[in-house]
Amino acid sequence: MSKLRFASVWLGGCSGCHMSFLDLDEWLFDLAEAVDVVYSPVADVKTFPENVDVTLVEGAVANQDHLELIHTIRKNSRLVVSFGDCAVTGNVTAMRNPLGGADVVLDRAYKDAQLLRPQVPHDDGIVPPLIDHVVPVHAVIPVDLYIPGCPPPAKRIRAVLQAVIEGKSPEMIGREMLKYG
Amino acid sequence: MPRTLTINGQEISARSDQTILEAAREANIHIPTLCHLDGLTDVGACRMCLVEVSGSSKLLPACTTRVQEGMEVRTETERLRAYRRQIIELLFAERNHVCAVCVANGNCELQDAAIAVGMDHVRYDYLFPKLGLDLSHERFGMDHNRCILCTRCVRACDQLEGAHTIDVMGRGARSLIIHDMNVPWGEATTCTSCGKCVMACPTGALFKQGSTVAEMVRDADKLAFLRAARDRKVWNV
Repeated sequence: MSKLRFASVWLGGCSGCHMSFLDLDEWLFDLAEAVDVVYSPVADVKTFPENVDVTLVEGAVANQDHLELIHTIRKNSRLVVSFGDCAVTGNVTAMRNPLGGADVVLDRAYKDAQLLRPQVPHDDGIVPPLIDHVVPVHAVIPVDLYIPGCPPPAKRIRAVLQAVIEGKSPEMIGREMLKYG
Repeated sequence: MPRTLTINGQEISARSDQTILEAAREANIHIPTLCHLDGLTDVGACRMCLVEVSGSSKLLPACTTRVQEGMEVRTETERLRAYRRQIIELLFAERNHVCAVCVANGNCELQDAAIAVGMDHVRYDYLFPKLGLDLSHERFGMDHNRCILCTRCVRACDQLEGAHTIDVMGRGARSLIIHDMNVPWGEATTCTSCGKCVMACPTGALFKQGSTVAEMVRDADKLAFLRAARDRKVWNV
């Protein structure tokens, strides 16, 4: 059996989902037998490759870079998996939405709380511009599978990946697989 | 007068003053609920307990519909399952429910309901309304972001405590739980600080001050105990 081309990406999230992924411990060796990691925050790859079989997306879509990358991910991946609560619901990343658009949030972070020369960093290419409204991944592109959890427990990640490796669709039923938070 | 009816094809008998929900529970048939709480009157607000009844084109709330002779009730059909999931998704989309930072994480009836209906994601756009937090009461807090407007707190305050400090203001998705004539909770002179509203809340909307993520464990059964003790002099529920 040829190896699956596996990717994971980190959008607007805290990397906790990736930490939980690493919490798969020795099963990572089994995973390494079944997949080639072609793109990941834990691998030094600069551009998202083509012909990816499965991509885990951690985080919500919160800035311009995320927005561009997520379309590439969809175009180049057979299966896109919303990985964790931020990707599935917006979660903590989207808690800024009720405050208003990007400007309101940047002012709050960079100006309101600063006494000395308050200013929002604005030079082009320094940091990606925030989009006004943080959205879950499936609000931008079609998503094939959802793994809720903040973070999803390692057992849950394993159950999904095991099914994907075997070419089955995972049974997302019950507390073990579906509890948010 | 006893009534005979069927639920999911199973023949059961019930008293004529019982609701479909009560009759089903006595027969160990599970019907999901959110706004129902043992010890409080039912209002049929959340629509989670909708059932199909032969001869009726409308779906009927099991909590407020009385049993009738020969009634044929179905509680688990494709249509009902689809609506239940839809209801839960709409509740999540309507306000800002963030399980990860919620006092009720792990002890929440809305979270449990999402699991029960198999909600792997919400198909509707989240509204992200700007809603407030009332921490003016010395012992309790109210976070409107997490409120599903079930009115269990309203009924507990009115029917068990007899204070009726709490009520609902506005209409539809813009409704808000208020204290007295919409004053900060800490200034509501009719509030006795009994905490029954906090016990009644199914989510993290009402909580004890000082509780943090996943710390809010409540004992809503105490309210049913109070009701049984007062009405029927039954002291062990």
